Amino acid sequence: MFDWLSDNRALIAAVLILLALVSFVATIVIGRKQSAIREKDEVFGDPERNKRGWYWAVCGVSALFLIWFYYSWGTARAFFPKAANELCQVAKLDEALSPINAALPATSRYYKSTTLVARNREQLEALAIPAGIFTAAEQAQSQALYAKVSSLLALQSDPSHLGQDARNELEALATGLSGLASDLEARAKAGNDAPSAEALAQPSWGTTHVEIPLLPETARGVAFDAIAMQASGLAKSFTRIRNHPPEAEALITEIRGEIDALQEAQASDPAMQEARDDFLKAFERIFRRLDDGTIFPAAALNGVEAAIDNLDKASMVAQGGLSWVAFAFFPGGEIVKSRTQCTEQGTGRWLPKPTDVVAQLGQLANPNLEDGGGFKGTTLLWWKWLPIADIVAFFVPDWIADVMPGDYARNNELGEVNPNFKDHVLAFAQGDIYMGAIPMLDGHIWDSLFRVIVALVLGVVLGVPLGIMMGVSRFFKSFFDPLIELYRPVPPLAWAPLILTIFGIQDDGKIFLLFMVAFAIMVISARTGASGTQLSKIRASHSLGASVGQILRHVILPNAMPEILTGIRIAIGVCWGTLVAAEMLAGTTGVGFIENVARTVSDYELIWVTILIMGVLGLVFDMCMRWVIHKTIPWRGKG
Amino acid sequence: MADLVATDLCMTFTNPQTGAKVEALKDVNFRLKEGEILSVLGPSGCGKTTLLNIVAGFINPSSGTVALDDEIIKGPGADRGMVFQQGALFEWLPVEKNVDFGLRMKKTGKAEAAAKVDHWLDTVGLQGFGKTPTYQLSGGMQQRVALARCLVNDPEVILMDEPLGALDALTREKMQSLVLELWKETGKTIMIITHSVEEALLLGERLFVMAPRPGRLHKEYRLPFAERGLNESLREIKKDPEFSRVREEILTMIWDMEEEIMGRV
Repeated sequence: MFDWLSDNRALIAAVLILLALVSFVATIVIGRKQSAIREKDEVFGDPERNKRGWYWAVCGVSALFLIWFYYSWGTARAFFPKAANELCQVAKLDEALSPINAALPATSRYYKSTTLVARNREQLEALAIPAGIFTAAEQAQSQALYAKVSSLLALQSDPSHLGQDARNELEALATGLSGLASDLEARAKAGNDAPSAEALAQPSWGTTHVEIPLLPETARGVAFDAIAMQASGLAKSFTRIRNHPPEAEALITEIRGEIDALQEAQASDPAMQEARDDFLKAFERIFRRLDDGTIFPAAALNGVEAAIDNLDKASMVAQGGLSWVAFAFFPGGEIVKSRTQCTEQGTGRWLPKPTDVVAQLGQLANPNLEDGGGFKGTTLLWWKWLPIADIVAFFVPDWIADVMPGDYARNNELGEVNPNFKDHVLAFAQGDIYMGAIPMLDGHIWDSLFRVIVALVLGVVLGVPLGIMMGVSRFFKSFFDPLIELYRPVPPLAWAPLILTIFGIQDDGKIFLLFMVAFAIMVISARTGASGTQLSKIRASHSLGASVGQILRHVILPNAMPEILTGIRIAIGVCWGTLVAAEMLAGTTGVGFIENVARTVSDYELIWVTILIMGVLGLVFDMCMRWVIHKTIPWRGKG
Repeated sequence: MADLVATDLCMTFTNPQTGAKVEALKDVNFRLKEGEILSVLGPSGCGKTTLLNIVAGFINPSSGTVALDDEIIKGPGADRGMVFQQGALFEWLPVEKNVDFGLRMKKTGKAEAAAKVDHWLDTVGLQGFGKTPTYQLSGGMQQRVALARCLVNDPEVILMDEPLGALDALTREKMQSLVLELWKETGKTIMIITHSVEEALLLGERLFVMAPRPGRLHKEYRLPFAERGLNESLREIKKDPEFSRVREEILTMIWDMEEEIMGRV
């Protein structure tokens, strides 16, 4: 079942997209009708105007899904499942031609030769002869060298001096490319290229870790694949073409000889010698870049450029409707061939398709670890048997056994160790005695939840009493205020390195970090709530004979309840955010841990799955708290 | 002899920043006999509320004493019940939990407390409202709850700080009758602070008019209207020429005091 769903995710996506479209349109119709009805009873600005309206919620969700499907190329995969494979073949041609294109102003703004000449000229002008390193004769000679290098640049850039070999080779290349263009057009028109059996057996787009099937699956694809192979050969021959005009050869020999001579001549002063060597080395470096013949006159490449243009046009013709599909359904990126694979780049890469995210979530949620479920040996959310002994060991400290009278057992003369009562107590305190097990939640999500819940409970249990005391007592307020106000504004993550060092990377450290966050929030909210008690209520309770303790318990605490519950709601949100970040720093379980691993391997699907999990859990928390607030303090603001 | 006795009561407030002193009360002496009902009138700032707060024990006088039952008042206590202008109900508790608050604080038995709550809710006209949240009640009903909450504790003196000030005219009149009924029925000593001259005349068996700067007792009246109000309609009493005369006299008195203050500022 799961495999079938996984293999047919394009089909499922197609159905979902159509449903989303229908509901998007339908809810707009419903919404407009409803608005027309209500407009009559509600003036603009009436607070009733923002109540209810499920249809707009559905409309928004549909729009969100449609945008997600569109920019993740889910729509493309749903309705043009072969498009990626064909675009991969087109990309192969682009990749094959890239060495030639790199020399032309097709992919960059300038000819590669233009860039080289500009850079060499610039460096030559910037290189000044330091004063005093040369004798007068040498000085004149080196100034002449500048002029010679300059005229070498001119020779290589002059079309009339282009070497005959290069001329022939460039012509042959242009012819070859033109041949490819007509060949491509003809093959695409004929459309009778058959894909290989191996190609047809490939898994479809996006169902395995190989994103896009590499081998051509369609006639058009086969044509592009074949042309790309030939183009790759032509491109290789292009990289071997050198511009060596005979005049330049002579000039090169002359310049090299002069540089060698200058290098051999010694200066009298050793300090001068060093400056002299540096200058000559720098000069030689510029010259070396000019003597290998990679600079061509711009006009010499005209033929090749026209042939490439031709091939591009032929490619557009051969692509036909495919180029429109690429334009309309592959927004924000393109399919790129690099080395041995074709990959989605742009939004298609970092925004996984909704169906893929669900598939990834399904795989994570699978509690069967042997079957590839869970993540790194832990389920997402499941249950396990928790030995009671572990809980006992957590609460019973080992020193209980240490302080008992008597000694621990020792090895006797028979070479045996017979544990005595004290040993048994120690085993009990260390959780080594099996006492049965209870079912307990387990998994990454539970680990995260557990940390938040424990920290929150501690924060509430300790923070609320202190906050209330700070709300009613000058001493408590002033004594603890500096402490809390100093540590509270520090971002929790700034504490993290310190806390993790002190308490370790396991639960203790994270719980303490979250506790610090929750504690400050609870103290401040309880304090605000307590200090906001109306004086008349306090006086009334005094007059009714309540003691200080009773007033705290029966008047100030209930009065602070709305603020305390709001504080809990805020604390949950902040703790949740901090926890995920803390888990990304260190640890081996938790939702943040999953995202951290996903980040290091650039697994965008997994990243989105964790983002979704966090968002949904945060939403669930907040809805629970809203429900609790609604149920427990309906009297809020009505006193 | 559960009389409320104020002896040479002075209250001076000092502004902690400027050190400026304000004499809120100066040499206030009175004796309120058990079962008397007293209303206190005066322009704003004459120390009415300060006087009430001292009697309630919320603040201590600078000098002089207030004694109840010959015992000097040093702090708030259950023997002096308070009713505030806004009810000061505990909105998180339903009506019956508000009413039995004092009993719960004293750890009275549940059955006894329930019986008392029922009795007093009946008396103030709130039978069947025990489970209702207080925030769902109207202002008049909230004030009835406040009265019941105070009475259920069986205080010796009931102190009311403008208890009916926030109510509409009709509700106010009904509540005035209720206060008189409760006074008759319980025989409690009652002290009412009010802004309304009419209310002071109707409810006060005795009436103090206070004068400001320094706050002091200016004039005392003994009036027959509260006693008459137990049997007669309050509206009839208001038509009495004697009622109108005293009302005009007091109004003029307070008007003059206000004018004097304005002139001084």
